[in-house]
Amino acid sequence: MIAQQLLNGLFLGAVYALFAVGYTLVFGVLDILNLAHAAIFTAAAFAAFSLASMGVPIPLALLAAAVMAGIMGILLDRVAFAPLRARNAGTLVPLISSIGVAIVIGAVLRGIYGVDERHFAIGGAAAAPVIHLGTVRFTTVELLIFLSAIALMLVLGWILRATALGRSIRAVAEDRVAAALLGVDLERTIGATFFIASSLGGAAGVLTGLEYNSATIDMGGPIELKGLAVIILGGMGSVTGAVAGGFILGAVETLAIAFGLSAWRDAILFGVMFLLLVARPTGLFGKRTLRAA
Amino acid sequence: MNALVDFYAKHSRLVDQIGVNAIMALSLSVSLRAGQLALAQAAFMGIAAYLSAILSLNAHWPLLASIALAMLVSALVAALLAYPVRRLRGVFLAIATIGFGEIVRVFANNFSITGGAEGLSGIPNDATTPVIYVGLALVAVALFALSRTKFALAVSLVREDEHAARSVGVDVGAIRTLSLALGGAIAGLGGALYAHSNFFLTPADFGFGRMEQILVACVIGGVTNAAGAVLGAGLITLLPEITRAVQAATGANVDFFRELVTGVVLLGVILFAPAGISGLWRKRA
Repeated sequence: MIAQQLLNGLFLGAVYALFAVGYTLVFGVLDILNLAHAAIFTAAAFAAFSLASMGVPIPLALLAAAVMAGIMGILLDRVAFAPLRARNAGTLVPLISSIGVAIVIGAVLRGIYGVDERHFAIGGAAAAPVIHLGTVRFTTVELLIFLSAIALMLVLGWILRATALGRSIRAVAEDRVAAALLGVDLERTIGATFFIASSLGGAAGVLTGLEYNSATIDMGGPIELKGLAVIILGGMGSVTGAVAGGFILGAVETLAIAFGLSAWRDAILFGVMFLLLVARPTGLFGKRTLRAA
Repeated sequence: MNALVDFYAKHSRLVDQIGVNAIMALSLSVSLRAGQLALAQAAFMGIAAYLSAILSLNAHWPLLASIALAMLVSALVAALLAYPVRRLRGVFLAIATIGFGEIVRVFANNFSITGGAEGLSGIPNDATTPVIYVGLALVAVALFALSRTKFALAVSLVREDEHAARSVGVDVGAIRTLSLALGGAIAGLGGALYAHSNFFLTPADFGFGRMEQILVACVIGGVTNAAGAVLGAGLITLLPEITRAVQAATGANVDFFRELVTGVVLLGVILFAPAGISGLWRKRA
């Protein structure tokens, strides 16, 4: 029973983590909270649904939706953040302009898809073939979702650690002015950061849609705020922390249900987040580690 | 004048909503002026709304008494919240206060006295339009009077530079606590008036969506004065109605359009008129 719940938590946590790494990456590089991340998550889920319903195979739809989400991220930066960066607008104003973009994306989705729930033709995780492993069971789709999320996070880790782009991103996160002086192209690096962060957020949206076999206009609402808790748990701006935070959240949520505490689940989550912020603003794992990734 | 009377006869609920939303925008402006991005206003509003509704429904308190106690309690909650978050700034303060709001919502969802997820119904609708607008006027006058005191000077100093404020003997912690508590009291007024101008309350009324709405009204209007707050609140309250009217007249499905316009107006104000709509108007004058 507990083993099954922990496994469910692991599957759930992988998607939370994937969402949160993009959230935290933008914070790590720019020190701003991007509240349009969840709207892009939702848009990508709908895009993948549309592609799948036109007969595009799911893996290809996932990839295309993630690329679309990445491009949305670049546009988001150009519209909502770049002009404010140019005038040093602080932290409040970009947060509000990202809410503006989120409202616009939501409106466009509502215009295209209406308010009805959409289902993938393949029937989602619950309808897939079941694999039994000792006392636990899971479906092939759940396994594929999990493996996709892990693979994408490994790719992100590789980009940050081993590529020239990754070095630029870490340099900008460390000190924007110094990085620019050393020849890092700031705007290009920030644009690339938004592409990566948003395509991962978009992929998380598609995987969530597949998991529950549903895309809805308001599917981004809960994960937007839970994502905040995850990146606080991990330490704002820390990619590895966000991964760990995502898995912790997945485990806590499924265990809360197992122990009959599901009604209080969110209060526990946000209570822990609040206490952590107050007592240890750098998160459970210490320093912000995007810079050291 | 007749046109105004006609409009009111048809849309008195809208007029009331604008008043309540303007009070909420002003309540947020108080902590923003002290440089605190504290996003718990919807939670303070909810606490006050539930408290005043319960006092009316269960204890049959008169309207003004229930408003007064609700304001006092939400000011107290805000002051208590100020203590643990005293070291948090910027985005971290925003996240902590959003978290606080979510916790309050979960409690409202799970307590029997708040009616759980179904909420409360049958609240007496005795907060009439004059009551709401007298409340708004009192808040505006109080904030205006306050803006001429040394307290306001200290508040702007804390916003601009905390170290400088400390060095000239301003008690930064006290200023932050007081401005949060004042914002809490005003949000309490807005919440109590909301409860008494609606038949129902549910926890979902005071979630993050409400907080975003307050923030949008505050920013679109311009955070610095009452006229701006009314403008911002008027805009976000009337936009849905305008698109609904267009929809009724043309038969086209433009439901998504109101959100589109809200989002675009918000972005436009942020990018091109950082002081809000009221700031734009003042620049021209």
